[in-house]
Amino acid sequence: MGRYVIRRLLQMIPVFFGATLLIFLMVNVMGDPIAGLCGDRECDPATAAQLRREFGLDKPVGQQYLTYMGNVFTGDFGTAFNGQKVTELMATAFPVTIRLTIVAILFEIVIGITLGVLTGLRRGRPVDTGVLVLTLVVISVPTFVTGLLLQLLLGVEWGWIKPAVSPEATFGELVVPGLVLASVSLAYVTRLTRTSIAENRRADYVRTAIAKGLPRRRVISRHLLRNSLIPVVTFIGTDIGALMGGAIVTERIFNIHGVGYQLYQGIVRQNTQTVVGFVTVLVLVFLAANLIVDLLYAVLDPRIRYA
Amino acid sequence: MRGATRAKWAAGAAAVALAATACGGGSDTGGGGADGIVSSSWGDPQNPLEPANTNEVQGGKVLDMIFRGLKRYDPKTGEAEDMLAEKIETTDATNFTITVKDGWTFSNGEKVTAKSFVDAWNYGANLRNNQRNAFFFGQIEGYDQVHPESGQPRADTMSGLKVVDDRTFTVKLTQKFSTWPETLGYAAFSPLPRAFFDNHDAWIAKPVGNGPYTVDSYTKGSQMALKRWDAYPGEDKAQNGGVTLKVYTDNNTAYTDLTAGNLDLVDDVPASQLRNVQADLGDRYINSPAGIIQTLAIPYYDKAWNTPNGAKLRTGISMAINRRQITDTIFQKTRTPAKDWTSPVLGADGGHKDTLCGDACSYNPAEAKRLVAEGGGIPGGTMRISYNADTGSHKEWVDAVCNSINRALGNDRACVGNPVGTFADYRNQITQLKMSGPFRAGWQMDYPLIQNFLQPLYYTNASSNDGKWTNAEFDNLIDQANAETDTQKAVGLFQRAEEVLRDDMGAIPLWYQNGSAGHSDRVSNVTLNPFSVPVYHEIKVN
Repeated sequence: MGRYVIRRLLQMIPVFFGATLLIFLMVNVMGDPIAGLCGDRECDPATAAQLRREFGLDKPVGQQYLTYMGNVFTGDFGTAFNGQKVTELMATAFPVTIRLTIVAILFEIVIGITLGVLTGLRRGRPVDTGVLVLTLVVISVPTFVTGLLLQLLLGVEWGWIKPAVSPEATFGELVVPGLVLASVSLAYVTRLTRTSIAENRRADYVRTAIAKGLPRRRVISRHLLRNSLIPVVTFIGTDIGALMGGAIVTERIFNIHGVGYQLYQGIVRQNTQTVVGFVTVLVLVFLAANLIVDLLYAVLDPRIRYA
Repeated sequence: MRGATRAKWAAGAAAVALAATACGGGSDTGGGGADGIVSSSWGDPQNPLEPANTNEVQGGKVLDMIFRGLKRYDPKTGEAEDMLAEKIETTDATNFTITVKDGWTFSNGEKVTAKSFVDAWNYGANLRNNQRNAFFFGQIEGYDQVHPESGQPRADTMSGLKVVDDRTFTVKLTQKFSTWPETLGYAAFSPLPRAFFDNHDAWIAKPVGNGPYTVDSYTKGSQMALKRWDAYPGEDKAQNGGVTLKVYTDNNTAYTDLTAGNLDLVDDVPASQLRNVQADLGDRYINSPAGIIQTLAIPYYDKAWNTPNGAKLRTGISMAINRRQITDTIFQKTRTPAKDWTSPVLGADGGHKDTLCGDACSYNPAEAKRLVAEGGGIPGGTMRISYNADTGSHKEWVDAVCNSINRALGNDRACVGNPVGTFADYRNQITQLKMSGPFRAGWQMDYPLIQNFLQPLYYTNASSNDGKWTNAEFDNLIDQANAETDTQKAVGLFQRAEEVLRDDMGAIPLWYQNGSAGHSDRVSNVTLNPFSVPVYHEIKVN
């Protein structure tokens, strides 16, 4: 187990460098960001040169990347164009997005798995068909439609929530945005759980468990559910990274000042330091989440062993 | 619409399930009356909040509240009026003697003196400080020493600025510029307290100025709370207790928050909501002229666009654009068809003349077709109008302009839009002279002078002359106008220069842009100034 973890951690190093290099190059391909700082006016050449020097943009791309990575290892993620340290931006943005992700994941787990088990056990019944149709609708409606619709209904028409989240972004305020963010994944979790449960219900070990007289509750929770959760856990694990990075739409609709918003602004302003910094951290989150998922397999299925 | 009703039902069901957990949250609007706080939408300023470093409207809003300069533009008429200046005297339009009024202080108690201005301007001009608006000091003698074209500054201060005594200083310009004092209302010319220089980081974290408001708290990227400064010495005291600026991720969200009653003021109504704005807000919607003009610039560095007969071609294109139809349908009358190259906010005395462009800016498809043919036809058979696609909903109107041109010329391939991903990339292509056809050019005035609408945009090699149009007669008239000490004569000369621009159709004027804003019924007396910024200190809380 220990050796497996170490091997996985070592594998992360090339992935980390490759991902950051790609992002760095992609942002660079978009061209010189300085021109966008002076409005509809040509930056005066002296100021533009001075700014380029300050942000290190006068060096060749390779050297820029090396300097940047060197700084990253000392904890310096650079400075955004508005003079704020990128680490400062991260310190305000990540807690918000993490809260949003937690809310979303909780929805996926609680509602998604419950519905999945319910429908998996009642295949072909009206409940099953109803939920299937519902998930189909959720999957086919884009997130921004769900988001704007809920915002309009709950926020403006009925006044149950505030349409815009305050800068503090407490858990209470993030319930609706979290549901919107989770909606599509939630539908997938429901369907995955349903199929998995339905399939395993006919497995030998379930029949054995029923035959030896275990209560139905225990059969479902200890035997059936535990084995059926492996694909679901894989999905949710990879979804953590996707939710954190993919919250751009939801964060914009609900005025959440999180990672998605900072990334959006970094891209629009071509702020290499912000974009690369945030994406680097997201890459790390993604890698860590994947590792945890792989380790969870062993917990869920005793047949899986990591040597 | 089975799908839609289903989705609604799902939304409703989810809402019921959530009703218990989703609490509304308290309101932070404070009391009403003279101490009421106005909450207003905001965007994260692009650059650090220093007077000479702020060149966009979001940072400009704050500076407008916490600073007062020598001059101030009247929020209604746009006229430059003395604020901190007791008098500005000159005999030759080159040497100016400025006397600062007595009794003004910064909100930290420090006196505003002649030195506060001179220090601030020297800071703003110095290359070492990276100030985006440094070129505003370009007319002052000694600017080339502190801000050389290349290399390091050779001096720390500009030789043209001299402090005479506590309240007097002199300015020497490098050339005649009779209307220079009227540019002094621009934020870059604000005075700065010693705290700005002594402890710069602390000042940036919480700016201190001499305006009717003080910064109470500032959380970068999310919120700034401004409080009324009770000891403010000026006449234009704040009529409310303070203003809270809230950063919104999207102007649609801010608008939604306004309609839900959680926000008092939105000064940027999204284009997609213009259709609903009458129904949503009624008379709480404001649509007033601002000093912004949109034009199509022509790449004169491209030989195909710089032919001897080019003026006919460009005039033809101009006459093929049905401006009225586009401003009415796409912009819902938040823009007005352009009739010259300035802006109505200047007024007739300031040099706006709505007959100047005349027929050349009126829709006339038959004449357009004839002129384009005489001008040699569209270069390459198809012209591509470039625009940046990331902000400002430019796609809609560029497509409409192209449709109008195609219809007028009876040729489906005459014009197409050419989107560029980001604003920075778009600016890069412009500065590197890579445009191969007409492109979007917007201009928001820095100060309400006709000079500001002509010289930076069309003078040979001027900073915003993106199309590189050049005309000796035009340059000559601008020089004469700047040297003319009589304002009315100067305006006349500027208008003659504008006629030269018209006869060559140096750039195709499209429309004047209005400022649009909406407010809640909690506040009243909301207006926009000619810079499309809300006049915050006049807002009353009911």
